[in-house]
Amino acid sequence: MPTLARWYIKAGLVYFVLALIAGVLVQARTVVDLPTWVATLRPVYVHLLAVGWITQLIIGVGYWMFPKFSRENPRGSEQLAWATFILLNVGLALRVISEPRVSIRAEPDLSWMLALSAVLQLIAGWLFVINTWARIKER
Amino acid sequence: MPPLSVWMVRVALLHLGIGFTFGALMLFDKAAPTHPDIWRLWPLHIELTLIGWTVQLAMGVAFWIMPRFARLPNRYGRRTTLAWAAFALLNAGVLAVCAGNWWPSLADLTLAGRIAELSAVILFIIHLWPRIKPPGA
Ligand code: HEM
Ligand code: HEM
Repeated sequence: MPTLARWYIKAGLVYFVLALIAGVLVQARTVVDLPTWVATLRPVYVHLLAVGWITQLIIGVGYWMFPKFSRENPRGSEQLAWATFILLNVGLALRVISEPRVSIRAEPDLSWMLALSAVLQLIAGWLFVINTWARIKER
Repeated sequence: MPPLSVWMVRVALLHLGIGFTFGALMLFDKAAPTHPDIWRLWPLHIELTLIGWTVQLAMGVAFWIMPRFARLPNRYGRRTTLAWAAFALLNAGVLAVCAGNWWPSLADLTLAGRIAELSAVILFIIHLWPRIKPPGA
């Protein structure tokens, strides 16, 4: 399994645990007193699962198992693939940090971080699509 | 990878790209309001990412890697037409649900789209069922 696939899959597993912790926190509010920002964790929870875990696991396993691009470059551009990994994970982490704070309008204002997170994840998504496209073929 | 899987995975990639784009538009808008209509993308974002991307990718990969039949004329089984129909219905369904949620005049399409998605999944399962088998069977 290539190094980058291992990074994707292990990062995915870490996000899975983080997601379930967020899910427990959201639910725990119904039985114990928790700070108000916990109530705003719902989108963070959903995306830790959907982006951090499911999508990242798919990208990692795909990077490893999809048909080879060419003999010299079996996995397409390695630089692009690493860039995707870094942008996606930094982007998602920035969302986790900033979205609950922006939702409760906490000071200092982290809106810039949330906006940056949107841009980084957007670039990561399209880089992945572009770099994977040519590997989806019959031979 | 068989042609149907190529189609499914490539279309799934497009749904991912567009779904991420809609998500990023909403997230950016949370940080710096851009346009009031942005949040109407909410149901489209969910449809594209969950059904268009995740479900379709899983279907494409399953059609590719699940056990095949060495002794049949078509190694992918007798019911591949059903899997092709599932591909068409799933994507028609996603598009219909998106259109129905975006244009109020087309709201009825949402139900039609959900029925198409349901039919797609049932047809795909009928195709896949006999392929979940021990080696050589
Ligand atoms: C220990 C495991 C899990 C726990 C404790 C948990 C907990 C929760 C809670 C408390 C909610 C509701 C959040 C709210 O009230 O706003 C929720 C929603 C949700 N969960 Fe989980 N969850 C778990 C596993 C999963 C898994 C494995 C998935 C998918 C792969 C998943 C997908 C979702 C989705 C998509 C929603 C949003 C549903 C909606 O929009 O109505 N969950 N979960
Ligand atoms: C660039 C990546 C993504 C971004 C920036 C993004 C952004 C967003 C935003 C801003 C919302 C609205 C949150 C709110 O209600 O306040 C949302 C909702 C949602 N997104 Fe995403 N998204 C991304 C990728 C995905 C993916 C890949 C999936 C699924 C595979 C997904 C599934 C969902 C679901 C299920 C909801 C509804 C959440 C709920 O019920 O609270 N998203 N997304």
